[in-house]
Amino acid sequence: MINKIADSVAQALAGVQDGATVLIGGFGTSGNPIELIDGLIAHGARDLTVVNNNAGNGDAGLAALLKSGQVRKIICSFPRQADSWVFDDLYRSGKIELELVPQGNLAERMRAAGAGVGAFFCPTGYGTELAKGKETREINGRRYVLEYPIHGDVALVKAERGDRWGNLSYRMSARNFGPVCAMAAKYTVATVHELVELGEMDPEAVVTPGIFVSRVVKVPRVATQAGGIRE
Amino acid sequence: MNSYQKRSKTELAQRVAQDIFDGAYVNLGIGQPTLVANHLPAGREVVLHSENGILGMGPAPAPGQEDYDLTNAGKQPVTLLPGGSFFHHADSFAMMRGGHLDICVLGAFQVSATGDLANWSTGEPGAIPAVGGAMDLAVGAKSTWVMMDLLSKTGECKVVQECSYPLTGLACVKRIYTDLCTLECTPHGLRLIDTVAGLSHAELQGIVGLPIEL
Repeated sequence: MINKIADSVAQALAGVQDGATVLIGGFGTSGNPIELIDGLIAHGARDLTVVNNNAGNGDAGLAALLKSGQVRKIICSFPRQADSWVFDDLYRSGKIELELVPQGNLAERMRAAGAGVGAFFCPTGYGTELAKGKETREINGRRYVLEYPIHGDVALVKAERGDRWGNLSYRMSARNFGPVCAMAAKYTVATVHELVELGEMDPEAVVTPGIFVSRVVKVPRVATQAGGIRE
Repeated sequence: MNSYQKRSKTELAQRVAQDIFDGAYVNLGIGQPTLVANHLPAGREVVLHSENGILGMGPAPAPGQEDYDLTNAGKQPVTLLPGGSFFHHADSFAMMRGGHLDICVLGAFQVSATGDLANWSTGEPGAIPAVGGAMDLAVGAKSTWVMMDLLSKTGECKVVQECSYPLTGLACVKRIYTDLCTLECTPHGLRLIDTVAGLSHAELQGIVGLPIEL
C-alpha cells in the first residue's frame, strides 16, 4: 500500500542531509511552507543551499532559517525587500552566498530539472550582467542564453489539499512555485490543510500528481499574513 | 515659466490606459504602472496578468476582505474576476516569454532611443541586487511599454542614447509614456507620438537632447 502521509513534520524531514539543496515554494509569504521551514530549523541540517523567490521576510520562516546559520547559499530572484533585514545583514557581512536569477528562469530551471531537460536556451537576460560568462546562441534571428536546470535534494511545498498518494491541489496564488519545486527534487514534502481519502480529490483538479510527492503532512491553517486564509 | 503643463500621475495612467485595446492580455509592473488598471476606458474588456500566477486579476479587496493567498506581484492582496484563473510560476512566465501577453507596462531608470531598458539596478556599489521578473517581462510581451517621468529627480533625461545603468533587456521597449510626451523606440531611434499641449517638438528635442523623428 502506498501511504505518503507522515505523522509529523519532524518525521517527514528526518532524512535531510547536511549540504542539501532545498527548494522552497512561496512568493513572499504566500504559499510559504512555514511549518516545514520551522521543521528544518529544528532538524538542524547545515551547509544548505536554499532556492526560493525571495530571501525571507521579517524574522519568521525563511528569515529565521537564514538567521540560524544553516544556509550557505541562496538562489533567488528578489532578495531585497522592505523586510529582508536578516538576509541583508548576512549578505553585507559576507556570511551568505547569493546567486541572483531572473524569476522566470528560476521557475523554468526547476521545471527543466523535473522534466529531465539537460539545459535550455532562453532569451531572458541576454546582453545583461546576469548572463555574463554564459553560453549564447542565435536561433532563427533571436538571441538566447544557455540555462541549466536547478535540481533539489529536497523540496518543501505548501499545498491546500492532498491524499495518501501525494496528489495535491493548492489555494489561489499560493500555488506559485509549489508545483515546479515539487517536480524538481528527489524528495518532496508537502503540507496540506485537508487530508482526504483516495478518490475524493477531483482528478481533473489535481495540480501536482502524487508521483512528484514523497511525504504529505497535515498542518492547521494559519491566519493571514503568514500565507493562509482569514478565519 | 513653461507654456505647458506636465501630465499628473493620474493623467499619465489615463494616457497609457487609452492605448490598451479591448481584449488585451496585460501585465502591469509594480509601482506606477499599477495605476493604469484604474483608468481603463469603460467598455474595454482587458485581462490583467500577475506574474505570481493569476489571469483576470481584479482590484484590491474591501477592507477586512484581504486574503493573503491571493496577492499580486507586489505582494498586496487583490481579487479575482469571474473568468479568472490560477497557474504555477513556470506557466506564468511561459505566458510572458512565449509572447502570449499583448502588453506589459514597466517603470524604468533609463530607456535608450533604440529601446534598451534599464530598470532593475542602479549599479550602486554595495547595493543588494534584486531582479524579480523584470528581465523576463522585458523580453516577453508582444509590446513592452515604459511609463515614467521624462526627467529624473535631479533633472537628467531618462531617455538616453545609451543606458549607463545595468541593462534589463536589449531593444525591448516599443513605447515610452512620460509626463511630457509619448515616444516610440525604433531601430533608428526615437519617433514622436505626442507631447503635452504647449510643448513644441523643438523644445522636446532640446530637453531630450536626441533627434526625435516626427
